[in-house]
Amino acid sequence: MTNTDILYQDTLPGGCHWSLQMRRGQLLRLVDTDGGANLGMLLYNPYALLERINLPDTLKCQHTFRLGKGHCIYSDMGRVFCSIVEDTAGWHDAVCGAASRELVERRWGRLGYQEARNDMRRNGLDGFLVELAKHGLGRKDLAANLNLFSKVVADGSGALRYVEGASRPGSFVDLRFEMDALVVMSAAPHPLNPAREYPAKPVRYEIREAPPMVHPDVCCDSRPENQRGFANNRLYQLSLGGVR
Amino acid sequence: MIVESSLRPEQAGYRRVVEAGDYWMHTLRKGQTLRILDLEGNQAADTLFYSAADPAERYSAVDTIREQGNVYLTAGTRLMSTGGQVLLEIVADTCGRHDTLGGACATESNTVRYSLEKKCMHACRDSYLLAVAENEQYGLSKRDITHNINFFMNVPVTPEGGLSFADGISAPGKYVELRAAMDVVALISNCPQLNNPCNAYNPTPIEVLIWD
Repeated sequence: MTNTDILYQDTLPGGCHWSLQMRRGQLLRLVDTDGGANLGMLLYNPYALLERINLPDTLKCQHTFRLGKGHCIYSDMGRVFCSIVEDTAGWHDAVCGAASRELVERRWGRLGYQEARNDMRRNGLDGFLVELAKHGLGRKDLAANLNLFSKVVADGSGALRYVEGASRPGSFVDLRFEMDALVVMSAAPHPLNPAREYPAKPVRYEIREAPPMVHPDVCCDSRPENQRGFANNRLYQLSLGGVR
Repeated sequence: MIVESSLRPEQAGYRRVVEAGDYWMHTLRKGQTLRILDLEGNQAADTLFYSAADPAERYSAVDTIREQGNVYLTAGTRLMSTGGQVLLEIVADTCGRHDTLGGACATESNTVRYSLEKKCMHACRDSYLLAVAENEQYGLSKRDITHNINFFMNVPVTPEGGLSFADGISAPGKYVELRAAMDVVALISNCPQLNNPCNAYNPTPIEVLIWD
């Protein structure tokens, strides 16, 4: 579906963090080039930063624990930030949060800038805080983050298990943005990744124009809840001066 | 895990009934024990905790479930902060498990889950927002209204990745008890949700008790 021109592409090196603004109607493709990557992600409304990703609402509105193709990512205001319109990884974690400096040091040992320069072992939490601070946000603005490409299952008793090797080299996920969004990303390891060596896995990202939505849409029409979420988005677009 | 408490209600230093649709906000000192009592059964108590010394450090659902390796909360669960510290520990639980995945109901999420016309029904987040507005001394705002615990709520996860909101497993007189590992501010919304079985379609009062 996405043979349209790539407007921009870049690679986030393993462990590193960055943020960018996506516009409504654009597609963000994230590619796990080497396999086994983790992309931590937070989303904010760039014009009203108090509106932010809400994964509890995302999960309960769609009665799901796993995220994948057909799911929408909701803000706390009942609106859809983005839709997962394509996904070859199949399962993305929404409940395990980000690794802290202490967790990374406990798991893999400390390797700081003084010794390793830019191969230092970064952690997701510090990466988020740096990106948030660029926009005047801080610890109080952290929310539960997505962990794209990471699969964590729960058994009948609720016990969590990280599934190694769930995302193969080249697997990708396409996020179609349904409203403008500040996208905060960290390619630091998933906090439950049991790898012996610090897994510095890069993530390539590509921006395209999304094809126009055709109903039935894989996300909007996947369940009535999402149709109502999109109705909330339409009302919000009125406040921005109508639908572009 | 069912663990009964040896604490006696008549010896509690503080007791308060919180009606459905109301909030309760209170500072717990390190070492104090808080009991949340489900008076009439199947009543969700949507609960947040903050470090009293540094409210930017607060209850973290994701850190809590990841560190214990299980999505359900029960006796033995240590409630973790965003800064990796233990805020409180669940020391007794006669219900058996509690949810922290589903978050609090909000008028906005109600429009998505149930109907666009339900946006003016009372919701937990409204109670939270009123609480922070009426209690400016805590220095909290909407930024601090984060992912909470739903005590007494039953949200089963399936191995295939599904999530459902099932009938409650609580009953009249069931309780959960937490011991504070540091000074914490507790904020409870006694859930007014009428659209799903989390309150058995009949929100009822809870009681909070505190022992030194």
